[in-house]
Amino acid sequence: MDPLALTLIELGAVVFCLGLLARLAGRIGMSPIPLYLVGGLAFGAGGVVKLEGMHEFAHLSGEIGVILLLLMLGLEYTAAELFTGLRRSWQAGVLDLVLNFIPGAGLALLLGWGLVGAMVMGGVTYISSSGIAAKVITDLGRIGNRETPVVLSILVFEDLAMAVYLPILTATLAGVSFLGGLTTVAISLAVVTVVLMVALRHGHRVSKAVHSENSEVFLLNLLGLALLVAGIASALQVSAAVGAFMLGIAISGATAHNATRILEPLRDLFAAIFFVAFGLNTDPSSIPPVLGWALILAVITATTKMLTGIWAAKRAGIARPGRFRAGAALIARGEFSIVIAGLAVASGVVPDDLAALATAYVLIMAILGPLAARYVEPVLKALGGPVRLPAKA
Amino acid sequence: MNVDETDLPGLGRRKDFMTASGRRIGVVELREGTMELIVSTWDDPDTCQASIPLTGDEAATLGNLLGGQHLAMKLSEEHREIPGIVTRQFSIAPESPFQNQPMGKACIRTRCGVSIVAIMREGEVLPSPGPDVVLHSGDLLVAVGTQEGLDSAADILRNG
Repeated sequence: MDPLALTLIELGAVVFCLGLLARLAGRIGMSPIPLYLVGGLAFGAGGVVKLEGMHEFAHLSGEIGVILLLLMLGLEYTAAELFTGLRRSWQAGVLDLVLNFIPGAGLALLLGWGLVGAMVMGGVTYISSSGIAAKVITDLGRIGNRETPVVLSILVFEDLAMAVYLPILTATLAGVSFLGGLTTVAISLAVVTVVLMVALRHGHRVSKAVHSENSEVFLLNLLGLALLVAGIASALQVSAAVGAFMLGIAISGATAHNATRILEPLRDLFAAIFFVAFGLNTDPSSIPPVLGWALILAVITATTKMLTGIWAAKRAGIARPGRFRAGAALIARGEFSIVIAGLAVASGVVPDDLAALATAYVLIMAILGPLAARYVEPVLKALGGPVRLPAKA
Repeated sequence: MNVDETDLPGLGRRKDFMTASGRRIGVVELREGTMELIVSTWDDPDTCQASIPLTGDEAATLGNLLGGQHLAMKLSEEHREIPGIVTRQFSIAPESPFQNQPMGKACIRTRCGVSIVAIMREGEVLPSPGPDVVLHSGDLLVAVGTQEGLDSAADILRNG
């Protein structure tokens, strides 16, 4: 068959299947990410059907998917919100980092994956899925809850931590020397600080530069600029994703809101292909051997996120049920864990088992997270008997 | 009254306060420009029993109802010494013949001796409105008069 025809047929079939999976996920009220990963596993090396023609496209689309994921993450928050989030929650943020980075890093060391492997797995277990968390909070009607700002501030802290972590990871994966790595980190820290300052003072100017009343012009401006910034960041070894994230932060106000609206369908498409592309590169037969480790890691890191949430909520003066709700909302891992694992796999310096473990881990956590958030309260009530009436304020 | 304002990064802003009965009540202004009314449960002030999405019109109407009640309560208090004088609220229904008409056209003071002392509109108070003020559907009129006068004023506003 003509290679173009083959590619089109494969791509069409895959995207159509993703549509069916997303619909299924919506029907049963779960995040579509685990289903996308399973879809990728089924189509990839050693899977049910082997797709050859769309590999190149899937790879590039996956990269664009990561850039769009991070760009939209940056658009979510204004620079001012990042600063308040940082001020309000840095202690909880640090606790979160320590408690949740160590299990992943420790397991990687235990499995003999070296320091690079530890760095990657630590990131995978550290970062909560802000996408899943935000959806859970909205779907369960918890926007007005008192613990919600606590959860959101921790997510904000994690996202800022990503802006520092990703350049370090990129440098480490590229095999840069310790000194070179330090330089990259210094550069990225300086860039992050400058961008935040610029965004805080002159965000409206950046917004004005990309803004247009015409949605076509706006989309092209925005996407072009995002890819450009990501490409330049990548050339400077500061990680393409972080470049996009910083651009997202610099765009603010109504422009950011419009940008989110206009980019959402593109993000959904490219991010879905990114998850599939990640699954494509993982051999399903490599998953069962690491499943046990993934389960252990899941139990440990669900507990550590729970503890983080409980501690942070307690500090904010939230009563017992709210503390557990905050902890449970943080449990889900998803898109960013896969972004981190994807970077590592693409560099080729980590063992294949890491991809399998990360896949299995995210599969478990993306399903477990929303379930935990939904059922933590009934379970707590069943365990603790009738809830004590709080003192009247 | 102490209203707490809390940023919800990525979502919007929450404004709420604690009622004397120990329940938290307030609104969440979402990034997309919509609004939610939130009410906490009785046993856990941290959580919400209800978060009700409101359109701009609905929020304004709710504001009118609450504000109008407040105004009416205050006025009744002031008129307590004068027997026979009552304060009442009328809302302008969409089918009212005076919708989009100047208030003076209804001749309420002439016909039933009732004074319209204020109009509540979109959460704001127009005090002692003149006869040229145009009435809109959803407006809440605060009226002072005798019981019978108010009954006939209600009838006029509804049926012309």
